[in-house]
Amino acid sequence: MPARHLRIVEKTGRATIAGIAEIGYGAFLLGESLFWLVMGKSRRQPVRFGAVVAEAMEFGVRAIPIVAILSGTVGAMLAIQGIHTLKTFGAESRVTFGVALSVVREFAPLITGIVVAGRSGSALAARLGTMRINQEIDALHVMGIDPVRFLVAPALLAMLAVLPLLTLLADFVALTGAGMYICMDLGMDFPAYWERVIESLKVDDLGHGLGKSVIFAVLVTLVGVVNGSLVQGGAEGVGKATTRSVVHAISAIVVTDMLFAFVLTR
Amino acid sequence: MSATPNRTPNKVIEVKDLVTHYGTRQILKGISLDIYEGEIMVIMGGSGSGKSTLLNHLLGLLKPSSGTVSILGQDINKLSAVEMTKLRTRMGVAFQGGALFSSMTVGENILLPLREHTELDHSTMAIMARLKMEVVKLADFENLMPSELSGGMIKRAALARAIVMDPRLLFCDEPSAGLDPVVSAAIDELIITLRDAMGMTIVVVTHELESAFRIADRICVLDRGDILMVDTVEAVRSTSNERIQNLLNRRLEEATLDPDDYMRRLTIGI
Repeated sequence: MPARHLRIVEKTGRATIAGIAEIGYGAFLLGESLFWLVMGKSRRQPVRFGAVVAEAMEFGVRAIPIVAILSGTVGAMLAIQGIHTLKTFGAESRVTFGVALSVVREFAPLITGIVVAGRSGSALAARLGTMRINQEIDALHVMGIDPVRFLVAPALLAMLAVLPLLTLLADFVALTGAGMYICMDLGMDFPAYWERVIESLKVDDLGHGLGKSVIFAVLVTLVGVVNGSLVQGGAEGVGKATTRSVVHAISAIVVTDMLFAFVLTR
Repeated sequence: MSATPNRTPNKVIEVKDLVTHYGTRQILKGISLDIYEGEIMVIMGGSGSGKSTLLNHLLGLLKPSSGTVSILGQDINKLSAVEMTKLRTRMGVAFQGGALFSSMTVGENILLPLREHTELDHSTMAIMARLKMEVVKLADFENLMPSELSGGMIKRAALARAIVMDPRLLFCDEPSAGLDPVVSAAIDELIITLRDAMGMTIVVVTHELESAFRIADRICVLDRGDILMVDTVEAVRSTSNERIQNLLNRRLEEATLDPDDYMRRLTIGI
């Protein structure tokens, strides 16, 4: 085999091993974070509530405007497309059913996950990458402060708390956006629209969406943290890790979403 | 070896036959070093001599390929996580760039070890932190963010954070690098004061000769992963060892050329 081909095989092999090592590192960080959340107090190194609140403010509260704007827009878009498509069959009155299910099961968790991955997954990667380069992570180690307990566990807990709540908000805003268009186009009144939405939805549908948002929370946090803590090569490395973290997190969210839908709808 | 006035006979750090590799490259080639209580040991050497790697081993940030590092009588590579945390509360480290947490004020940075490791009430912790800020002459700066400090102030704040738990052992990585001569001298004075007033054992890693000669009780000269000499300032200055004299007089050493290795480097991967 020519040397060039060998090099391609070698590169592919190295990239595969590095990818598997990153997934393993992510799993280790998840285990370690859960350990500190459960055992921190007995080791007299608790995960600080203040740090969790601060992260929740950053990941959750500050993301409310953008999540609301995007989910409202997507809700209206679904209503427009839904009515347009169903008109072909003369079934536009069924649009509420389609919109309610698509929003709650798919679009709200997906949009929220993607927005949070773009906002907070990248911020986590940039923050940890900068801390690594500035030796702040080393400083934590030598002060006897476990960086996973101090930096990762609060972020993970905050993300697990806020992503489902943001998804609920996205559900509500997207359905409101869709409702405004549906009521205007089909001449329905708003309370009747909401009544139909509630009739169309089962607790299972809500659980499906929220369950996914919990998995997305873990994915976004771990992808951000893994990329940030493996930064090499100064400021340029931080930039690359940030971009990589957004791309990886969004890809992971979309693939997981598909797998989740495949497993749970069959 | 000449006697030094400040130290006691108790060994605080014992490094034995330490070997370490980055990948396949050997960085430290089996070095042994004892550091005694109450002395300022300066680890000196040029770039690539292995001094930062040695420091990282002393701090427990790297695992050796072979050999042992004992601190305060404990082999740090055999300690459990809980024991290591306990040991680390007795050590302070001032990093080269300060490594202050950029999202916290100077005061919060200095308070952090106390907050994490003690259950004192907030006002006691605040007083302890301010005491240390007075020591490093940074009073009135506690509410500033690290980005608002000058280079010398960052180094002093890092020192204050390193000593806030009253450690028995203080490590300083390049404490005067990148500072002007006046600020650099002030940092040196501060390190000497910490030894004299608080009885700390201090390990300083530096490539600044002037600073090393000013503060050291003993100097360990590292070169290409080997210890060339460990002795007092006078002994190091007056040594006849050519490599040390080259280092002290800033003479470039002639690189030895291995023709086979040279050819290998030119043709590798082609």
